[in-house]
Amino acid sequence: MTLLSKVIGAASGIALSCTAISAQAEVLFWSTQAKPVEEAQAMREQVLSGAGDVDYQPNDGGPWITRLNAELSAGSGSIGVLGALHGDFSAMNPDDLVNLDDLGLGAASDTFNNLAKLGTDNTLYVPWMQASYIMAANKKALEHLPEGADINTLTYDQLIAWATNVKEATGEAKFGFPAGPKGLKHRFFQGYLYPSYTNGVVRTFASDKAVTAWEKMKELWAVTNPGSTNFSFLQEQLLNEDVWIAFDHTSRLAAAFNERPDDFVAFPAPAGPEGRGFMPVIAGVGIPRTAPDMEASKALIAHMLKPETQIATLRATNFFPVVDVELPGDLPPSVQAAGNAVAIMSASPDANPGLLPAGLGDKGGDFNRVFVDTFERIILAGQPIEAVLEDQKKTLMRIMEETGAPCWAPDAPSEGACPVE
Amino acid sequence: MNPRLLPYVLILPVTLFLCLFFLYPFVLVAQQAFSNSSGFTMSNFRDVTEHWKFPISLKNTFLLALAVVPIQLALSLLMATMVTKMKKGRDLILYVWTIPLGISDLAAGIIWLAIFEQSGFLNSMMGGLGLIDSPTNFLSYTSPVMVFVAIMLAEIWRATAIMLVILVAGIGLIPKEYYEAGEVFGATPWQRFLKITLPMLRPSLQTALVLRVILAFEVFAVVQALGGTLFPVLMGETYAYQFELLNSGAAAAIALIILAISITFTLIIMRALRVPKGATI
Repeated sequence: MTLLSKVIGAASGIALSCTAISAQAEVLFWSTQAKPVEEAQAMREQVLSGAGDVDYQPNDGGPWITRLNAELSAGSGSIGVLGALHGDFSAMNPDDLVNLDDLGLGAASDTFNNLAKLGTDNTLYVPWMQASYIMAANKKALEHLPEGADINTLTYDQLIAWATNVKEATGEAKFGFPAGPKGLKHRFFQGYLYPSYTNGVVRTFASDKAVTAWEKMKELWAVTNPGSTNFSFLQEQLLNEDVWIAFDHTSRLAAAFNERPDDFVAFPAPAGPEGRGFMPVIAGVGIPRTAPDMEASKALIAHMLKPETQIATLRATNFFPVVDVELPGDLPPSVQAAGNAVAIMSASPDANPGLLPAGLGDKGGDFNRVFVDTFERIILAGQPIEAVLEDQKKTLMRIMEETGAPCWAPDAPSEGACPVE
Repeated sequence: MNPRLLPYVLILPVTLFLCLFFLYPFVLVAQQAFSNSSGFTMSNFRDVTEHWKFPISLKNTFLLALAVVPIQLALSLLMATMVTKMKKGRDLILYVWTIPLGISDLAAGIIWLAIFEQSGFLNSMMGGLGLIDSPTNFLSYTSPVMVFVAIMLAEIWRATAIMLVILVAGIGLIPKEYYEAGEVFGATPWQRFLKITLPMLRPSLQTALVLRVILAFEVFAVVQALGGTLFPVLMGETYAYQFELLNSGAAAAIALIILAISITFTLIIMRALRVPKGATI
């Protein structure tokens, strides 16, 4: 062995042991949530301050899954804990997630705990936090409410009439819809429009009632700010008043309420002929099978589920606790407003709650694209509704057959794969 | 060391580098495009070409290349001849003109977004001059032409310089004797440009056009920033397949389609602008 190779060998040995030491000392929390700088900082300083040495690293979905897959296929890695949406976990191979049954942790809701099993018999991630989608409006818009309409029991027809009144009064379309590239429009169709009009999502995808739903969507779009195709976080447009009435994810409306709490109101999503459809958002924490220090990772998950951590998470991210906790009185205005609207929405007599798509595995993205494509073709490109629904129905059927996913609420339960009728 | 071997030894590192970081990944991508869980298949190609957005994004990509490249060619020729005629401040002008080259294409897209968006510079300028009452939204689905024009402007602004530097270098290589001879025989400046500069520039034009056309087919970040989903292009579809649908096979298939288009156009340009055998500068 020459001197050079000895030196190289020694250097790489030292480098390896250095990384090994640092990997042991810190748990890498690899997350798709709390990405904005302020939220990430609040996660590090408040939520994770008592959890030992944790390196909280939030990322976009692409880099998140790329590094995770690289570590999984290498068979060893440095990611300790994964934080992601239910949809991100369900796109993974269940074998790549560590069985968390022995932690004995879970959400207060059994529905959530069942979702966290990803179709297996074991808990593969622990529900971490939840949110939903609500409506928000500038108080200036309230005087234009159609006669007899109550903001807390709004119907889609009343919403359209309201947005039309605003447009007539101001000369501008001021309803805002998150149809931008990063906007969450597909959830509006899956969890709000379809359940409210068809009492289903998959079975009723191309039904006559669905045609009515898309006709209503067209009416709504006619009084929607045409810039909506660039809107992804409606809080921005609410604050600069390009938009007066908006639909979005609670955490994507939060900045509006926190910056000018007296200017905006939050209220439930509208109702259609089949009830008031709405959908939860659920994020979880799990451990990849390649985690370097299993005990430390499990300890971090246990920390995330403590009531005080859950409240700190709520302050940091505007996502609500999944365990039973008593909320303190001094929460930020966005949390109070959103919490109120969600409570009214779920307690309303015509509530028609939907579930997150389940059992789709890595076809979750394709499933969302069916709805986004349908929207772009019918609403933006102006193609005939029936023809588009018939065409997209084939793609949807193929996804359901390939994955064998059974129906979820509000669709009626199915034997085997959920049929598109 | 044997002097015959020296050149090969010198290019060995870069060859190894390219094999490891270009050829090897390329083979993997090709493999991905032609396979699924059950082995060899063309289904990835069928899936992406049958999707309703594929013809639109193909058309948009070609349309953009067709609109942008000729304008850039004319502009860069004009700018290159201007620069070579300058006696003073030539370097300064060249540096200023090539600034956009140093900016990442996403940053370039965002700069132009700041100009065109509803609360952007163009709207506030027109408002300040009293031309409009309230800001209009230029980049909306209702005005596809405006979206196209904005993307075109941003692309021209961003990538003309890459052709310019190649052409400036090429013009510098043309011997002065040709021009002197031309002047002696009474050729006008326009004739000298047509009969001397253009033919002698062939090799540089070839390089500049090949580079620019390949870049045009890969256009992504500028379009993403200005058009979002309003102006689908092939590269944007690749990104969507890879990161939104997590379908690497389909993403690899579109990437190979883009590669095939790029190779075809490279060959066409090389053939059209080839330097005849035996002719040298």
